Amino acid sequence: MHVIPGNIDQTTARGRKILLIGYGNPGRGDDGLGPALAGAIEPLGLRDVTVEIDYQLTVDHAMLIAAHDVVVFADAMMSLDDAYCLTRVGTEQPATFGSHQVTPGAALQLAGLLFGNVPSGWILAIGGDAFDEVGEGLSPRAHGNLLLATEFLIGWIPALREDADGLGAMTE
Amino acid sequence: MSRKIVIDPVTRVEGHGKVTIRMDDDHRVLDTRLHIVEFRGFERFVQGRPMWEAIVLVQRLCGICPVSHHLCAAKAMDVVSGLSSGALTPTGDKMRRLMHYGQVFQSHVLHFFHLASPDLLFGMESDPAHRNIVGVLESFPEIGRRAVLMRKFGQEVIRVTAGKKIHGTGAIPGGINRNLDIATRDRLLSEVDKMLDWAQDALAIARGYVEDHRALVDAFGSFPSNHLSLVRETDGALDLYHGRLRALDAASKPIFDMLDYCDYHKVLVEDVRSWSYMKFPFIRDLGPETGWYRVGPLARMNTASYIDTPMANAAHGALRAFSGGGLNHSTLANHWARMIEVVHCVEEIRDLLHDPDLQGSDLVARGERRLEGIGVIEAPRGNLIHHYRVDEHDQVTYCNLIVSTTHNNEGMNRAVKDVAIKHLSGQARITEGMLNHVEVAIRAYDPCLSCATHALGQMPLQIEIYNANARLVDRAGQCM
Repeated sequence: MHVIPGNIDQTTARGRKILLIGYGNPGRGDDGLGPALAGAIEPLGLRDVTVEIDYQLTVDHAMLIAAHDVVVFADAMMSLDDAYCLTRVGTEQPATFGSHQVTPGAALQLAGLLFGNVPSGWILAIGGDAFDEVGEGLSPRAHGNLLLATEFLIGWIPALREDADGLGAMTE
Repeated sequence: MSRKIVIDPVTRVEGHGKVTIRMDDDHRVLDTRLHIVEFRGFERFVQGRPMWEAIVLVQRLCGICPVSHHLCAAKAMDVVSGLSSGALTPTGDKMRRLMHYGQVFQSHVLHFFHLASPDLLFGMESDPAHRNIVGVLESFPEIGRRAVLMRKFGQEVIRVTAGKKIHGTGAIPGGINRNLDIATRDRLLSEVDKMLDWAQDALAIARGYVEDHRALVDAFGSFPSNHLSLVRETDGALDLYHGRLRALDAASKPIFDMLDYCDYHKVLVEDVRSWSYMKFPFIRDLGPETGWYRVGPLARMNTASYIDTPMANAAHGALRAFSGGGLNHSTLANHWARMIEVVHCVEEIRDLLHDPDLQGSDLVARGERRLEGIGVIEAPRGNLIHHYRVDEHDQVTYCNLIVSTTHNNEGMNRAVKDVAIKHLSGQARITEGMLNHVEVAIRAYDPCLSCATHALGQMPLQIEIYNANARLVDRAGQCM
């Protein structure tokens, strides 16, 4: 997997509330990877972890995001050689905007603009292949990638609880 | 040199579409087309599924209005279950209505505040870097906060009636699988008056825009057309959940009225054109040239005899008066109509929350099993038709969906052409602001061009301009 720390201010607060947003359309094959990951995490009932599953990021998520210290955006990604890719994300000003076009960075920006808090943000992108067909179910590679990403996230959450960067727990 | 301009995709709409504008050597607009570039394929996807599952599955058609598909499919399966259309138990009927009003409310709020308001508040040709929802939030933070909280209220209504915010399971063949407990009711009631106040404020913004920009509104994508919607069976009032079909011509004369929607296929025909995946419905007796019609909030304001909630009815009267007592054909008046419906939905939600039938325990009705069912509902974007055949093993063997945006296909295409001729013709240099006029016309219909696969890196925003030799001469774009 790839870990790409962004150019974000480091924070050191403790006892963090973590939000996992898994988004995508499960009716479009591997586009359902984000919800599938969130669906795998939710039943575990992990302490300090809120799980949100949705079709797409929208402006509405700003309120929920602002109520947390760390947010992990889980989404499918095309053309990703690795099983998954973890990237830091900060606020961004979108040049255009639509209900289908809220990026993680824009969602963070909205959280700050509307509700006064910008948590630390991470994108957990999971590699998928089949996006064009209408239909449920993951491709075999996406399914394998989902297992690896889920295993990684479960292992990483304790570190995130203590530190928004959680980088101390990571290995390449 | 003649040119072909492509807007691909149209932004701030639900899903993906593309506009092409062909211009001659004198920069006059020759032709325009709104292409729908995604193939939905859902009708086939549903075939072979159990009837109960279809009601849940069809929600995956759309991330914005899944509840409309959920309820429309449920209405069709009610008929398969042997009920006369609309013959639910009082609790079943009112729980579904509550769900539907929550859906229409939150969908309209999303459209008005997040997609349309940047054009209305800043102007169509204002700086595009600011002409977006973030710009609105920066300049009008209270409006932005209200929009989020109104959406949250609507989604909470959906969650408590459908079971989940998305992909709910509340509606089942013949009724509903839950009622509303008192504590949940009281929690919603504690917010409803605030929602009504905010809805009135939103209505004032939309009405004010149309009244203050009358010359623009009257000339912008304004053309006579037929209008179609459900109306209440007993008196022709606005009814978003159930009723009979009414179609009026441009002069307000009925084409058909109080038609049982199970006979929709006798009066509507779906035309196919080679350049779009989306069909072009028209009224059979009038033919494709004159039989096309518009649906949606403005069409509903035109077809409804009145509205049975007082604040929305007063607003309906004001719109009628503004329109000289006749039908309103202005594309931009859709925003005003949409906010009237926002007020109506909160009034309905408030009244329903006070109704003890929501705590009833008689949730499901049954009749003699049938092999075919049709459901029709007024979704946020307009009339929505679901038609199924189900075999003796409860498997769906046939599915036909006519979604609101399909009904509006011809109307949107005409609006694009009207606006392109008025704002682009004769212009040697086409600016972003001019092209945005075209998008504003499409956006006013709140089209849902089918939900997008949106994996990271899959959201191109691109405008391309071609010369007569099909050579790309300009491009502006980014990857979201």
